[in-house]
Amino acid sequence: MHTPITHLLALWGTLPAIIRTVVWILIISIAVILCVAFLTLWERKVIGWMQLRRGPNRVRIFGLLPGLGQPFADVFKLLTKEVIVPSSANKFLFRLAPALALVPALAAWAVIPLSPALVVSKANAGLLYLLALSSMGVYGIILAGWSANSKYAFLGAMRSAAQMVAYEIAMGFALVGVLMAAGSMSLGQIVQHQQGGVLAWNWFWLFPLFVVYFIAGVAETNRAPFDVAEGESEIVAGFHVEYSGIAFALFFLAEYANMILISALTAVFFFGGWLSPFAGYPVVGASFLGDPSFFWLGLKVFVFLFLFLWFRATFPRYRYDQIMRLGWKTLIPVTLVWICVEMLMSAVHIGPWAKPWFH
Amino acid sequence: MLVEILFFVFATLLVAGALGVIAARNPVYSVLFLVFSFINSAAIWLLVEAEFLALVLVLVYVGAVMVLFLFVVMMLDINVAELKQGFTRFAWLGWITALAVIGEITAVIWGHGLGGIDVSRGFVSEPANYSNTMAIGQVLYTKYLYPFELASVVLVVAIVAAIALTLRRRPGLKVQDVSRQVAVRAEERLRVVKVSAEKRS
Repeated sequence: MHTPITHLLALWGTLPAIIRTVVWILIISIAVILCVAFLTLWERKVIGWMQLRRGPNRVRIFGLLPGLGQPFADVFKLLTKEVIVPSSANKFLFRLAPALALVPALAAWAVIPLSPALVVSKANAGLLYLLALSSMGVYGIILAGWSANSKYAFLGAMRSAAQMVAYEIAMGFALVGVLMAAGSMSLGQIVQHQQGGVLAWNWFWLFPLFVVYFIAGVAETNRAPFDVAEGESEIVAGFHVEYSGIAFALFFLAEYANMILISALTAVFFFGGWLSPFAGYPVVGASFLGDPSFFWLGLKVFVFLFLFLWFRATFPRYRYDQIMRLGWKTLIPVTLVWICVEMLMSAVHIGPWAKPWFH
Repeated sequence: MLVEILFFVFATLLVAGALGVIAARNPVYSVLFLVFSFINSAAIWLLVEAEFLALVLVLVYVGAVMVLFLFVVMMLDINVAELKQGFTRFAWLGWITALAVIGEITAVIWGHGLGGIDVSRGFVSEPANYSNTMAIGQVLYTKYLYPFELASVVLVVAIVAAIALTLRRRPGLKVQDVSRQVAVRAEERLRVVKVSAEKRS
């Protein structure tokens, strides 16, 4: 068999590791950006249906489904628009900020295990890497708000900074719980240690932490109901009020890439990542549905993304002091209590701590 | 070879960033230069496979401490000219502090060595499954448990003190009592009345 495909695969194997890594990075980045494009369309469609509207239904692509071309129409519109830099803005930081917002959102994908075999970096400290990166995303927002030299943008940046610092603590503590249950900081190991059916996934034993993590994730991405940083009824568009054209699109891209990232991380940390819920079942387990694969991770990510959109369509926006109260006085104590509960569980060897690698 | 080149690149950027912190006219730029220095020193730590220290440096200093610094510096209306005024007058104090710190570091290394690390054999990388997070945890919770717990107590005292300093109630201030607002039930505020429809005349 010497088809062109086998030739290509053989060539792929001979490439140096660094080139293969770079190619994978490009593939994953482009895939994330495409997902963002269709996520914006899906969001408008879903919210439209929830509000008894049709959503975007004009732009077709190749004569297919109405509305499918909408993301591309939006992108081309934004690309061809002028990027206006306010005359009193700090020019350098104003241009740097969108990139600072986007880079962590894309770089985080390096350690996420997409399928049992496919991960760009099997870093030992993958979880710490993710925490470090997600904490850097806030710089893009703060600098955007400050460099624009506009009151609304500055207010948005300040709100966003305080919110992110507050929810990062809850998020970090929730991950401490995951760390205790998995006994490893490598994301691949965290997934593997959840093997054993739906009830062996972390969400069952760490349910409060799962809830805290997802709420903190929604707050970290500045999505409704925590979107006071944008708050269009109060401060127009918050930190990116002065941005136009493609610079604005980069913030948009960063926000949606972060949504996908948080969904993927929730799936990896609490819902077994690429593990199949049917593994070991009699009939279904024998088919491809029983195998761990990218399919299951994709499905889980899709469900969590739908939750993001559902929240946006149904919840009213939190007031600012209530956000702070929820973060500091509710979520952080919940995580602290549950970490103590986990200590007890690990002492008596139940749940994840009954598994062999803790003996 | 690659590691050496990367080291000198990051080290140069680190020194440049550190100089930027004290040379920048705008305090916001100073903070950003400091962030830049932190990221470069984290990269240097990564080069010697100390990934835990590197990532925690980014997580704690870049992600939390410097965000708050930036927050404060942006909010303050700092008069740079006023700040620069005392530069020559207080320079001697700066020199003394710098020399004292250098002296202390030298004294510690002179007296105790590098804790049994043999520098002369060069850098030896650990096997792939070696986790230095686990290694740090193991010594932190056994050998250095007492100083570690002591440090945490000091931090708790500092937190309590900081909160106590900001906790003040000014009389006559109109603020919402959030816990009362949250505790409100619909039945207390809202009465649903059933009004029978009138006959159309």
